[in-house]
Amino acid sequence: MAETEEAQVVLRLDSITKTFGALTANDAVSLALREGEVIALLGENGAGKTTLMNILFGQYTADSGTVEVFGRALPPGNPRAALDAGVGMVHQHFTLADNMTVLENVTLGTRSLWSPRMDRAAARARIAKLAADFRLAVDPDARVGTLSVGERQRVEILKALYRDARILILDEPTAVLTPQETEDLFATLRKAVALGLSIVFISHKLHEVMAISDRVLILRHGRLVHEGATRDTDRHALAALMVGSEVTAPRVASGTPGPALLSLVDVGTPDEGAAPGLKSLTLTLRAGQITGLAGVSGNGQAALADLIGGMRAPASGTLALGDTPPARWSPRAAVHGGIARIPEDRHKTGTVADFDLTENAILERYMDAPYSTRGWMHWPQAEAATRGIIDKYDVRCPGPGTRIRLLSGGNMQKLILGRVLEAGPRIILANQPVRGLDIGAVNYVHEQLLAARDGGAAVLLISEDLDEIMALSDVIHVISEGRLSPPFARGSMTPAELGVWMAGHGFEEERAHAS
Amino acid sequence: MRLEPIAAPSLARTFTPPALALIATVVIASLLAMIAGANPFGVLGLIVKGAAGSTFALLETLNRATPLIFTGLAVAVAFRARLWNIGAEAQLYAGALVVAVLGTGLLGWPSGVLLPALAILAMIAGALVLLVPALLKVRFGVDEVVTTLLLNFIFLLFVSMLLEGPLKDPMGMGWPKSPRLIPEARLPRMVDGLRLHWGFGLALISAVLVWVVQARTTLGYEMRAVGLNREAARFAGIPVNAVLIKTALLSGGLAALAGYSEVAGLKGNLTLDLSPGFGYTGIIVAMLALLNPLAVVAAALFVAGVFVGADSMSRAVGVPTYLADIMLATALLLMVVAILLTRFRVVRE
Repeated sequence: MAETEEAQVVLRLDSITKTFGALTANDAVSLALREGEVIALLGENGAGKTTLMNILFGQYTADSGTVEVFGRALPPGNPRAALDAGVGMVHQHFTLADNMTVLENVTLGTRSLWSPRMDRAAARARIAKLAADFRLAVDPDARVGTLSVGERQRVEILKALYRDARILILDEPTAVLTPQETEDLFATLRKAVALGLSIVFISHKLHEVMAISDRVLILRHGRLVHEGATRDTDRHALAALMVGSEVTAPRVASGTPGPALLSLVDVGTPDEGAAPGLKSLTLTLRAGQITGLAGVSGNGQAALADLIGGMRAPASGTLALGDTPPARWSPRAAVHGGIARIPEDRHKTGTVADFDLTENAILERYMDAPYSTRGWMHWPQAEAATRGIIDKYDVRCPGPGTRIRLLSGGNMQKLILGRVLEAGPRIILANQPVRGLDIGAVNYVHEQLLAARDGGAAVLLISEDLDEIMALSDVIHVISEGRLSPPFARGSMTPAELGVWMAGHGFEEERAHAS
Repeated sequence: MRLEPIAAPSLARTFTPPALALIATVVIASLLAMIAGANPFGVLGLIVKGAAGSTFALLETLNRATPLIFTGLAVAVAFRARLWNIGAEAQLYAGALVVAVLGTGLLGWPSGVLLPALAILAMIAGALVLLVPALLKVRFGVDEVVTTLLLNFIFLLFVSMLLEGPLKDPMGMGWPKSPRLIPEARLPRMVDGLRLHWGFGLALISAVLVWVVQARTTLGYEMRAVGLNREAARFAGIPVNAVLIKTALLSGGLAALAGYSEVAGLKGNLTLDLSPGFGYTGIIVAMLALLNPLAVVAAALFVAGVFVGADSMSRAVGVPTYLADIMLATALLLMVVAILLTRFRVVRE
């Protein structure tokens, strides 16, 4: 849009600097958002995007620099100021009350506590108008707990619009969406821009940035390293600017499949609240093969990971290691059966934050020699093993006695990798292994998984990132509402075709064919 | 303002805030003494003198610290695994009850057999008292804070009933107290001629043993993991419920030893005023000690010293002994803040 050059600047951050001790999170970052414009803010984890947004929203106070909205400076350190000035934020993790309706969620907090009743009819009319104007199809009387992820995001956007936001900030909005839902979101955003709103779009996904934004800004180590029109650049150039050196897409040779190391036959588990259980699921993990599990989050991935990780036994059907079903199925049985488990949430389930590296490194095997015998711990052996992991997996830390909460996500994940891979596992359960990691750590984790595959391990890679699944997997399954699609060979499906399965289509036809 | 964690606290950072907390406690106590109309330096001096100024005073403090070490250890062990045992008082009385019932001639064994047997049986009784809330917790998710707290009252009334009925000493002139123990069931003195029984020695040994368990055994590792992150512990294959049950048994057993040592060491029979809240004070002791079993000994000595010293000071100058409670409460509150400041720094935004 050439006319944006003259359009009014609605949001201006002027040379924002913020330091945390020795770390400079933002180094003289300036940014100007014009009316009716979409700018994309790109950067690796830790590049300073979140800090910048927190300064805009008054969560942090900048060391120096100013924030202006519609030409007026915002007082620093006041979280209400940005909201009142017309800036709305849609967080990656939704802030909705599940037990309330859409209408109640949208109006929540907009009325004084002392007003006797709210005018539901007026609120409903206003929401209906906003929904029509911005193509945000959602039933105002539906309970939020019953909505899909895509619908919840629409509620979040409605919330911001209901509060008269003229500037929308979207933090990784597509991370949880199917390709189709992403298209719907983009339609809404285009509509919003046409109506004069301005948007800051924070993302990792380069093709989305190319599709939706007018200008791209890239942060690296707290500095603004690039600012320019989207049409003047391409994905490779952006990726290079993000990491600072030209990245090459991993060229992954296909694995050579061997015998089945783990098989699930007609396995079922009960639903847990809103999370679906597994519905008569059959899956075989073969040696020397990466099996990718694609799907929108909350469609049974957790149930499957819990099952293979030993956290739960199948309610129906059989689970077999090699060709023998284990007598008793527990986390310990899984570990001793040769399953390396990389959990989805390394902070909550993967590590004990206030344990040191040594204590975390032996978490799964503290009962085994040489770490303990007859109930007595052997800390020197445990520490020696931890030093081995630190060296071999390049865990950056002051030493094995450091509490693990002080490590970055990437280093934490490297310790977990070392913990599970050092035992020489035959099966690897990698649940979202690179979520939240920077590109360097992502590549490292992927290399380790590929090396393990080439060494003869069977890998199950669970991810919501379709690009990651397609790049690494020899075989892809899609999971939707606890049902598993047939296996698709590498390269046999386009993202759009997989997206159809991810949205839950195709399963019924499959069943019809089978019967 | 907000708190920012400190990666590697310096030595000064580790010791300055707790030291300041102690100094502030003394200052506040002095102000209160002044309000009560006494010379603050005199009052503090009398407290120190009353707690440690003579052999008699020192032994009194050690005797008073003995049950506090046991209940402090009981609470520290449980809290470390995030099992909120508020019922050390009931477990203490369970241990005392075992000694009062079996130590009055029912078991006619020599001292060398009887004393260890009574200790073990007392521990089993205390463990069983805490086992009930622990099972309710792991089986049905019942909040153990409520059950252990309420069990204290139930158990105290149960003991009261026994002391008014079957356990009542026929020679007791009508007072609700149990018959005196046989000599074989009395804990001997640690040093001839000094009024300090072996309960204190047992408390010190227990503190070291608990430390060894926590630092050097798989059970201790499991307890700490369960306390710090139950979800990660479960994921790693640690049998969380079994660990909680084992923790409950150990904690209840330790608290019962407080009752054992009070009856067999100090009192010689069971009365309803056996414990002036040792079970609850054990929580203060454990918190002051940061749940470290060795530090429990120091914290128990400090708390006992304040109580004993304040008693003696009160007799001398007439400032109410409530000063001791206020001092301990102040010390606890300030210490909690001080400990926060050793690990976090305040950042002004």
